[in-house]
Amino acid sequence: MRADQAERELISRDIEEYLARHERKDLLRFLTCGSVDDGKSTLIGRLLHDTHMVHEDTLAAATRDSKALGTQAGELDLAFLVDGLKSEREQGITIDVAFRYFTTAARKFIIADTPGHEQFTRNMATGASNCDLAILLVDARHGISVQTRRHAFITSLLGIGEIVLAVNKLDLITDSSGAFSQDRFNEIVRAFEEFSTRLPARNIRAIPMSALKGDNVVERSAQTPWYSGPTLLEHLETVPLGGHRNHVDFRFPVQWVNRPNLDFRGFAGTVASGCVKPGDRVMVLPSRRTTTVKQVVTFDGDLNEAHPPLSVTLTLADEVDCSRGDTLVHPGNEPHVSQDVSAMVVWMDDAAPLVPGKEYILKHGPHKTPASVVRIAHRVDVNTLDRSPAPALALNDIGEVAIRTSRPLVYDAYTRNRGTGAFILVDRLTNMTAGAGMLLDPSEADGGNWTSAPRATHLAPSAQVITPDERAKRLGQKPFTLLFTGLSGSGKSEVARAVERRLFDLGRFGAVIDGSALRSGMSRDLGFTKHERSENLRRGMELARAMNEVGLIVLASFTAPDASVRARARELVGGDRFALVHVSTPLDACRRRDPSGLYAAAARGSVKDVPGLDLDYETPTDADLALPMQEIGAGEAGVRAAVERVMAFLETRGALVR
Amino acid sequence: MDRARLSHLRELEAESIHIFREVAASFEKPVLLYSIGKDSAVLLQLAMKAFYPAKPPFPLLHVDTTWKFRDMYRFRDEYVAKELGLELLIHINQEGLAAGVNPITHGSRKHTDIMKTQGLRQALDKHGFDAAFGGARRDEEKSRAKERIFSFRDGQHRWDPRNQRPELWNIYNTEIHRAAGINRAAGTRGESIRVFPLSNWTELDVWQYIMLEKIPMVPLYFAAMRPVVYRGGVPIMVDDHRLPLEPGETPQMKMIRFRTLGCYPLSGAIESNATTLPEIIREMLETKLSERQGRVIDHDGAGSMEEKKKEGYF
Repeated sequence: MRADQAERELISRDIEEYLARHERKDLLRFLTCGSVDDGKSTLIGRLLHDTHMVHEDTLAAATRDSKALGTQAGELDLAFLVDGLKSEREQGITIDVAFRYFTTAARKFIIADTPGHEQFTRNMATGASNCDLAILLVDARHGISVQTRRHAFITSLLGIGEIVLAVNKLDLITDSSGAFSQDRFNEIVRAFEEFSTRLPARNIRAIPMSALKGDNVVERSAQTPWYSGPTLLEHLETVPLGGHRNHVDFRFPVQWVNRPNLDFRGFAGTVASGCVKPGDRVMVLPSRRTTTVKQVVTFDGDLNEAHPPLSVTLTLADEVDCSRGDTLVHPGNEPHVSQDVSAMVVWMDDAAPLVPGKEYILKHGPHKTPASVVRIAHRVDVNTLDRSPAPALALNDIGEVAIRTSRPLVYDAYTRNRGTGAFILVDRLTNMTAGAGMLLDPSEADGGNWTSAPRATHLAPSAQVITPDERAKRLGQKPFTLLFTGLSGSGKSEVARAVERRLFDLGRFGAVIDGSALRSGMSRDLGFTKHERSENLRRGMELARAMNEVGLIVLASFTAPDASVRARARELVGGDRFALVHVSTPLDACRRRDPSGLYAAAARGSVKDVPGLDLDYETPTDADLALPMQEIGAGEAGVRAAVERVMAFLETRGALVR
Repeated sequence: MDRARLSHLRELEAESIHIFREVAASFEKPVLLYSIGKDSAVLLQLAMKAFYPAKPPFPLLHVDTTWKFRDMYRFRDEYVAKELGLELLIHINQEGLAAGVNPITHGSRKHTDIMKTQGLRQALDKHGFDAAFGGARRDEEKSRAKERIFSFRDGQHRWDPRNQRPELWNIYNTEIHRAAGINRAAGTRGESIRVFPLSNWTELDVWQYIMLEKIPMVPLYFAAMRPVVYRGGVPIMVDDHRLPLEPGETPQMKMIRFRTLGCYPLSGAIESNATTLPEIIREMLETKLSERQGRVIDHDGAGSMEEKKKEGYF
């Protein structure tokens, strides 16, 4: 029987050689997720059984249990090798995260076995947090379920880069020749791939199997002649490891200051990411003091370098102030340091929901600080991945939140660095672990820079010496911002320019801010993703506000496809001097006009994220003025008519002073 | 060293060291529960590493049932206390001792409950320990597979399998309610945490680590000629005069060793010629018996370990 036979022979022939090989094995931690009846416990039982990791008395006990309680007509029910607690055995369900261990000639494995029911999302997140790989079990009879989608999303959220789609129970769906159905397998794989395009890219390996009969788990199946990929175990033995570890950015959260006597002062901790050597310049955060690493101390002697996940003790050349919760980094490669952070949170407390304003204890590595949720940006529907506003996050809800901490966090985005990007929230009253958080890069956060606090908090602006009234009297106008939104080619810039001309001719001062023009200057660092579009508009609106401050009427022309981002623009400029103008032109007409050549480029496939095409344009429902260009008219006459409507609107809003 | 391929033992070692430091930094009064066996030996080695060059900043506690093998007591007193120079606390349930509780007339269940479970609770309460390290591994038994690394216990030391805290990444929730001020004076007990730094180690890992690190061990793990009687087919070592012999029963000298060590009348030996660590490991890998079978307590009924844990047994 396979390689383990050779292992056994080696054990009896040359135990020292076996141990030498075993010592060099690496460790894969993986997660199994599936619904109650997908056959998860059976799959794990099968892995343990077929790799000979089950002792005979355990097997005997499971066989006895199978006869009394089993579902396999008195045959050995492999699930009984796995299901642990008494109440679970009686209910026939696994109710918690359980860890299993097995070894093959290639590797050592730790399985985090997590349940699939709806109410236990938290257990899955728990199991997933330390894993490199996840096996998503799918019952071939039912295909991709709501649960599968949920599991795919949670594993993606927790940063697992390797997914095995285990299409199980294919022995129940066979083709005319009695082989497992290839069509059914392909159908399920396609459905999964379609769904997972909405998730960050990961490696997906689909395997047709029957855990009950043992097909393609450890032994290759004779029932899948059309499948040439690896069996599950072969895949587990060869998949690359440590994909979630960051070897670039050195981060060393200090856990313990070791001071046995006056001659030794060491900073003990686990290298969260990157690498450190004696002689490295290091900076203590958040204090920003710098020094040099003297030694990397361990019980087994000093090291030439340390990398994750080693637990070491660093001594430093200078007596810098550094204590538990501080982080050592390389100067020039610094993480974010902030009291205002955004994070995805999985809520785990069944006693109380997450509500804005409530104070929790936030634990981030060895650092602990009081923290409160300022705002829930949105909740994610784990079945559809849709985002929606939410007043609170209940048990098993997942959402993006903005958090303010009492002391600054030294962190990286979770997607970049698991070691410094994760935290837990602890309820101050019950001490329960209430939430698990994954920090976002400030630019990825829902609010982006719209809601982030300024880095500089100690500055006070100089006082105004000209009053708004004085300005209004001089200019004959009151400051106002019109945000023209619409698809590319809808005519919004032309209208804005024509309004600017009209104001000028009347002796007033308008100023156009053109979203595309910003991109060659102050927004030259931005592309066209949702976040970057949002940031471009934010910069435009900051500019509008500054122009309003000096009394100008601003005519801002931006596609601004997101309703929530437009709402932020209104908030930033100030509702009483802001109006949203929707320049609406049917997509077909925009395409025909295509003044910037955008639609032509999209048709060639050279650009993506085009609003109206592959990016949603959310039609405004809160426009203060609508300009349906097709009704108003085409060409110059149309633009002139639109200008009249805008001028009339400005008049009614009191922007033009006689 | 190849960065992506840290050996699994070094990875487990790093994880355990991280846990030790986290507890030392977060709790007022931790203690290491030392049972003299192989898991305790590894636990101790890891504690020494975690705080090197300092000594572990907490004492060791041995809850003594008075029925351990004489070799175990010798090892405890000579190696741990004298050679390593660590602070070693020994607690014996004096009420149990006075009542003459023993594994022979009271049976394994009662003896373990009174001398071990209650003894442990007494010792924890007496010293006011708020965190206790134990050497339990998840691969030992099915109910332990679900135990957290930081296992929360209420004021009565009880474990509630349905009320466990989720444990993510290597971030441990160390918050507990401490009985403070007047309540503490009035004898109200605070909550505590049991911590299992070896959670992710397997029996093979433990043995291999002992070999790699050359960790000193109680000689009973190695085969030698020892006097035994057979009880239910299992060799029981006649370690002292307290083991009553059946009429006509005489101890025989057999080449035996122990896979796990507990109270000697409750510890079944195995016949073996394994006198070196590699031989022990080979025997362990080849054996078809699961590790805890040698201990009598687990056969009290399905899920008996689980019942004991709810009552505060480790």
